[in-house]
Amino acid sequence: MTLVVGASAAGLATAEALRRKGYTGPLTILGSEPHLPYDRPPLSKQVLSGSWAPDRVALRSADALAALDVDFVLGDPAVHLDVVERAVHTASGRVLKADNIVLATGLRPRTLPGQPTLRTLDDALALRERFSQASRAVVVGDGVLGAEIAATARQLGVPVTLAGPQQAPMALQLGPLVAAQLASLHTSSGVELRLGAAVTSVSEDGVLLETGEVLPADLVVVAFGSAPATSWLEDSGLVLGDGIVCDSRCRAAEGIYAAGDVARWHHETLGRLVRLENRTNATEMGIAVAGNILGADEPYVPVPYFWTDQFDAKIHVHGFVGPEVSVVEGSLAERRFVVRYHRDGELTGVLGWNMPKQARLHRQDISLRCRATVATSTPGAA
Amino acid sequence: MKITVDQDKCCGAGTCVLLAPDVFDQRDEDGIVVLLDSSPPAALHSLVDEAASVCPAAAITVSSS
Repeated sequence: MTLVVGASAAGLATAEALRRKGYTGPLTILGSEPHLPYDRPPLSKQVLSGSWAPDRVALRSADALAALDVDFVLGDPAVHLDVVERAVHTASGRVLKADNIVLATGLRPRTLPGQPTLRTLDDALALRERFSQASRAVVVGDGVLGAEIAATARQLGVPVTLAGPQQAPMALQLGPLVAAQLASLHTSSGVELRLGAAVTSVSEDGVLLETGEVLPADLVVVAFGSAPATSWLEDSGLVLGDGIVCDSRCRAAEGIYAAGDVARWHHETLGRLVRLENRTNATEMGIAVAGNILGADEPYVPVPYFWTDQFDAKIHVHGFVGPEVSVVEGSLAERRFVVRYHRDGELTGVLGWNMPKQARLHRQDISLRCRATVATSTPGAA
Repeated sequence: MKITVDQDKCCGAGTCVLLAPDVFDQRDEDGIVVLLDSSPPAALHSLVDEAASVCPAAAITVSSS
């Protein structure tokens, strides 16, 4: 018996990979939401804009799920893990025991009482309704999610201001050069940017910045980060610290693994603990966990990757941004380019702006061995 | 095996191309998936199954017929 806690991308990928690799035993996926596995990246874009009907976010067809032969237990959050007994207790009182348990509970967004945020399908549909009535919105949060929500709101015709402490949207993920380009795109598309100042408080009338400026709004959307959903594990005895701490095999304890946003594991090539909040990691880590459950004993050593779509820009990032930036294809002026990021002469990452294929072709050149830490990579694994 | 791709869902990640370059490619202009072989030989089936599973936009569907 294998139990996967979490019915989103990482949990589904784990189950599919177990079956693909030949596991024929019983398999249960426990989900806190009432929905079958659905995809989150479209929530802030196609679902929020209304260009997709909500059922289009389903990750698999009914036929595909039936063929997977998984027992879905939905709408029943896990509340306790017994590591010794290898059992998960749920809110409704179920006790699910398994030989192997995979923890894939994802993130919980930071929230402010009374203010909407966006993590779930239900959040997205509720926010869409709110946008249809809003005359002035402020999005608090200058990361990926906040920038995407602001772009979608603007495309819906809602006057919107984006607020956050960074100098430009997504500066942390893109570096200053490309983040400035993104700021320019937002401004030219009609988003008002109020960046570089922390938000002091939020009220029904709007947002107060540390500079004293008040941003009036009848809708304030909160998108300022999230935390691994581990509160239910605090009494489990597992090591927690910005996620479930795992070894290089994504193993948190004997017979207990973690995958996706919630997992912080030892990346052997980087030589340190890493936690990634992106869609591809959810899937790739689920596959790695499935392999290790079945005895592969392989380290998980991915090159990180994420993408974002905002207005006419499709931005794809492989690896990590570094301090040295060079445009190697296209140009910023034509809004179609590839940049390579270096640190100490090594290529740490690649970014494509409306050049996804070209950026991907640079991916193989990325070196993750860019830190002084001695890497202990398994030959051939990276 | 019969493969279908949903170009409207495709995000242009190219993970399918990395796994099965004989079956998938990307358009040069926008990175959207191009299906090179909708009924690939059996030797490629496991890679195609993995590509469908790993696709971060759930844009690849594989059926047995």
